[in-house]
Amino acid sequence: MSILINKDTKVLCQGITGEQGTFHSRQMVEYGTKMVGGVTPGKGGTDVDGIPVFNTVDEAVRTTGANASVIYVPAGFAGDAIVEAVDAGIELVICITEGIPVLDMVSVKRFLDGKTARLVGPNCPGVITPGECKIGIMPGHIHKPGKVGVVSRSGTLTYEAVGQLTRLGLGQSTCVGIGGDPVNGTNFIDVIDLFNRDPDTEAIVMIGEIGGSAEEEAAAFIRENVKKPVVGYIAGVAAPPGKRMGHAGAIIAGGKGTAAEKMDAMRSAGIAVTESTATIGQTLKDQL
Amino acid sequence: MNIHEYQAKELLSKFGVTVPKSKVAFSPQEARDIAGEFLADGPVCVIKAQIHAGGRGKAGGVKLVKSTEEAEEYARSLLGSILVTHQTGPEGKEVKKLLVEEGCNIARELYLGVVIDRGTQRVCIMASTEGGVEIEEVAANTPEKILKEYIDPAVGVLPYQARKLAFGLGLEKKQVGKAVKFIMGLYNAFLASDCSMAEINPLVVSADEDLIALDAKIGFDDSALYRHKDIEELRDMDEEDPKEIAAARFNLNYVTLDGNIGCMVNGAGLAMATMDIIKLYGGNPANFLDVGGGAGREQVTAAFKLIMSDENVKAMLVNIFGGIMRCDIIADGIVQAAKDVGLTVPLIVRLQGTNVDQGREILAKSGLNIISAEHMDEAAEKAVAATKTN
Repeated sequence: MSILINKDTKVLCQGITGEQGTFHSRQMVEYGTKMVGGVTPGKGGTDVDGIPVFNTVDEAVRTTGANASVIYVPAGFAGDAIVEAVDAGIELVICITEGIPVLDMVSVKRFLDGKTARLVGPNCPGVITPGECKIGIMPGHIHKPGKVGVVSRSGTLTYEAVGQLTRLGLGQSTCVGIGGDPVNGTNFIDVIDLFNRDPDTEAIVMIGEIGGSAEEEAAAFIRENVKKPVVGYIAGVAAPPGKRMGHAGAIIAGGKGTAAEKMDAMRSAGIAVTESTATIGQTLKDQL
Repeated sequence: MNIHEYQAKELLSKFGVTVPKSKVAFSPQEARDIAGEFLADGPVCVIKAQIHAGGRGKAGGVKLVKSTEEAEEYARSLLGSILVTHQTGPEGKEVKKLLVEEGCNIARELYLGVVIDRGTQRVCIMASTEGGVEIEEVAANTPEKILKEYIDPAVGVLPYQARKLAFGLGLEKKQVGKAVKFIMGLYNAFLASDCSMAEINPLVVSADEDLIALDAKIGFDDSALYRHKDIEELRDMDEEDPKEIAAARFNLNYVTLDGNIGCMVNGAGLAMATMDIIKLYGGNPANFLDVGGGAGREQVTAAFKLIMSDENVKAMLVNIFGGIMRCDIIADGIVQAAKDVGLTVPLIVRLQGTNVDQGREILAKSGLNIISAEHMDEAAEKAVAATKTN
């Protein structure tokens, strides 16, 4: 079992004829993901390695029955692409694109209000259910099917944690990258709630970073609702205030959003917090 | 991206936000002449240092003057001096221009700000009767004194929301209409310019019952600058870190820090984690540097140069988790860059992920003095040790 995606998920790629879209569609197919179509306006009727390309998401959904979409279109057009996918009836939209203007995302979030569709990202590595389905840019081979759920704001830091888990023989149920932007579709609480309900997820790793208060809110949720062991890590202890650390959302603003505050909140919620990236896997193993 | 107060006021005035009359001076003579114009109409005018940092008043960067002589004298003492405020860091910032502004008869000082609220994921307008004080302080001590209105992007700011804030601030009936125009103007400026924050502190109610932006601070969303060429032109290179400017040219995310271990990492989260683990092992990172997910040789070389140009750097730590990015390609880039740029400090390289064996072999055969590490803790430990023996 898993959350969000599995071997039956039918995936579209928006921006499939672009360099990133083509490269990662091939990687996803190689991993075993059911890629049923792609969308590039104006290139309908062509194909990428036999994956049919459509002009609109609506046409692609009606023809292929796709229920998930992954977006690689450039930042200036990505907000439009997300709304197009949701409007066409896609249930799960995963947006990889980095650098979408924040006010575009504020409007997209307003559009999503009251709809059942879920957006993951933007500015995220995507979602993978090891051995079944990979939607995004993460390296498939470092993963292993298993019972640990991983949720993270960072891409490579997730790979680091997953690499450690796999080396220790701890497979993953699903790994979800929620992205490094300040306005995003899915937050820690959403994913942790899904992991909590998933009978085959036995433990959770959450990887946060400085900025905002999503980790504190997740900690409060975990304290009230989650009995499964949770391991936490927060990046950015050494980050100076007022400086954006790569991710648009990774900034300590007005003295708020420090790593220390987040770790305190997580510890007081019973989460096993590790201060070293190198010991995320081992800390989880010790909890089992 | 940030801009100066005078630029922020120019921008806001286009959206119907009332600002005092003012002009920019680059020399004491200019300050004197402009002050002369304003002093013909009123008893005082104000001279304000233009740097990208708050807290200028307390640091001595703002002064009321009553004569052209006084204006010239103060301008002379300020121009070219280093102003240290609580936001500049101990190194301070050089004052290169001044804003000379007409005086204002202040009846009340209020606060008005627009931000993107991460919790609600909406634009939030904040107002407070506690003007002239830092809003973080108000939020910490008397949060009930901050009024908030969240804006639904489907309809934008509505007049009733502006009225709620205006009445909440205790404005007189006569002032409320002006406040509504002011608040809606500020929101419209925020939206039209893709701001990340816009702050009027203080917002002054004058003795004549006008509402005036006595100070203005605006930050822009870097991701949206591509659609605002006019705003991009407001960038003041003197206010930015030259290393960060150089890094941006190669699509590298770089932030200068004060330690001595230079870091090159792929991915923002891993780059932060690398800084953290260096600290955990008793060292100090010299920088944050994310080469990005798809870095090629050119970027790796640029990153190398950038790190080596920092004279504080006593060791360099390269930490790459090869996902889509292959370790052999990274290793090639490192070897080439080390040969091109010249390696004068110990180099610790930790590679993991795709094609890691080929990558390590390339490093081993390069003939370069590279200290290899398999895991992050080992890499951090070796990097910290290298700074101590050097």
